[in-house]
Amino acid sequence: MSITEDEARKVAHLARIAVKDEALPALARELSGILNFMEQLNEVDVEGVEPMTGVTPMRLKRREDVVTSGGFADKIMSNAPDAREGFFAVPKVVE
Amino acid sequence: MSDLNKLTIAEARDALAAGKTTAVELTEACLGAIEASSALNAFVHGTADKARDMAKAADARIKAGEATAMTGIPVGIKDVFCVKGVPSQAASKILDGFVPEYESTVTQNLWNAGAVMLGKLNQDEFAMGSTNEASCYGPAVNPWQGADGQKLTPGGSSGGSAAAVAADLCLGATGTDTGGSIRQPAAFTGTVGLRPTYGRVSRWGVIAYASSLDQAGPMTKTVRDAAIMLGAMASVDPQDSTSADLPVPDYESLLTGDIRGKKIGIPREYRIDGMPDDIAALWDKGADMLRDAGAEIVDISLPHTKYALPAYYVIAPAEASSNLARYDGVRYGRRAKLGQGDGIVEMYEKTRAEGFGPEVQRRIMIGTYVLSAGFYDAYYNRARKVRALIKRDFDNAYADGIDAVLAPTTPSAAFPLGAMDQTDPVQMYLQDVFTVTLNLAGLPGVSVPVGQDKQGLPLGLQLIGRPFEEGELLNQAMVLEQAAGFVAKPDRWW
Repeated sequence: MSITEDEARKVAHLARIAVKDEALPALARELSGILNFMEQLNEVDVEGVEPMTGVTPMRLKRREDVVTSGGFADKIMSNAPDAREGFFAVPKVVE
Repeated sequence: MSDLNKLTIAEARDALAAGKTTAVELTEACLGAIEASSALNAFVHGTADKARDMAKAADARIKAGEATAMTGIPVGIKDVFCVKGVPSQAASKILDGFVPEYESTVTQNLWNAGAVMLGKLNQDEFAMGSTNEASCYGPAVNPWQGADGQKLTPGGSSGGSAAAVAADLCLGATGTDTGGSIRQPAAFTGTVGLRPTYGRVSRWGVIAYASSLDQAGPMTKTVRDAAIMLGAMASVDPQDSTSADLPVPDYESLLTGDIRGKKIGIPREYRIDGMPDDIAALWDKGADMLRDAGAEIVDISLPHTKYALPAYYVIAPAEASSNLARYDGVRYGRRAKLGQGDGIVEMYEKTRAEGFGPEVQRRIMIGTYVLSAGFYDAYYNRARKVRALIKRDFDNAYADGIDAVLAPTTPSAAFPLGAMDQTDPVQMYLQDVFTVTLNLAGLPGVSVPVGQDKQGLPLGLQLIGRPFEEGELLNQAMVLEQAAGFVAKPDRWW
């Protein structure tokens, strides 16, 4: 499996990571190398095997559907790069 | 007492209980050692004032007769653990300036037990790496040197933790192990590293890499210390839905030194092509030691071993791409400088491009690719099926009466910094060949220093145990440790 520069550009955009055009050939090469390594998995007979979701055979824990925490918006905002009047501030979203 | 920082946790506990030293003295010894260790680049955020306050409180607690085994013990914390009021950024630029408003369960458990926090330790960014070179702080350096004073990697991702323990900067340290990140650095530095069973230690407040594989554990000078420290770190935690509802035993009391009749499996698939003679000989020697102690050595087969690495490098990046989506420059950490007219997508893309290092970017993109429409079944689901087969291999071995599996921890001793070709990531991934299997199966494993290679560098063997039987595993590890009698320490050059 080989990844083209176009595919590399697409995957970078899906991952929301800016990649300069001149860096795309190297990126495509690296990703192709890793995917080639993964091709080994095709040798395994996985017929009838369920994909594993968790390693411990336990039911996910449940709890009462009640509020257990909260009321500290200021603490949550304290690490924001840009917060104003109790909101996270971001550049314009809608044109 | 002199050289208090060189004590083991068990020795320090006994000295504190006997009134031969104080937590304040122990802490000052460690802080002094840390101050003189900048060449190792192990500690990256010091918390000396906090350490002194905690040490005073520990001494009061000891005086009041309310000490636990960890009370007054100075420890280092891997940067990946959130500690309230202390910079916690998983060695990533994207979390520059992040100071948590909350405490991870593991560190809270340690403070509740009376442990003393010395500072945050270096690591690979987001725990992705095997050399500690992928760090925004620069590489941590192994206290063990190569020929002609060559600087070596302490391994990764918990490289700072391993270097700090090996250089006696702290009595113990926390690490995390997603694909070998506790055991490989332990093997490279002549220290003990325990990765507990998935679910034994809470993941709450530990910055996530791959949530179905991540597990925190202790890195210490001895197996006994690992037992003591695991007891303080482990808990049943409602904040982590995968935390196991099992009481935490007194692990130290399970160290009987008796392993007669235990069946130790030697998996033939681990004898890979090109295994260095030193490693193969060490493995045989380790098996002999356990046999001499009364264990039965059994050849076993774990047929899907070969596929663990490729399965891991699908599953871990897939989970990482999802976990690391949260770093978007909005809620915490850094945001890139934006140009005129840049919108929110440019903000995301620029922030993530400058905040994440190359290896993290690579894994996020691989993960994005294997989860994308059209490839999900071919890569991600296939890898999860192979993962089920890898776990089944271990289940079968244990069902056949095997008590633990013995294997090398790493395919080599520590190698020079810069030796890994950064343009061929697969080369570095091969470092994890012996360690990732148990992460995929969720099993506990411990690396014990057993010998030295021709250059005099430490080599480790790992024991892989049954789920939630860390006590028995540590008992076997202690027998191996005692038989090996590894006492070598690095010559101080830093």
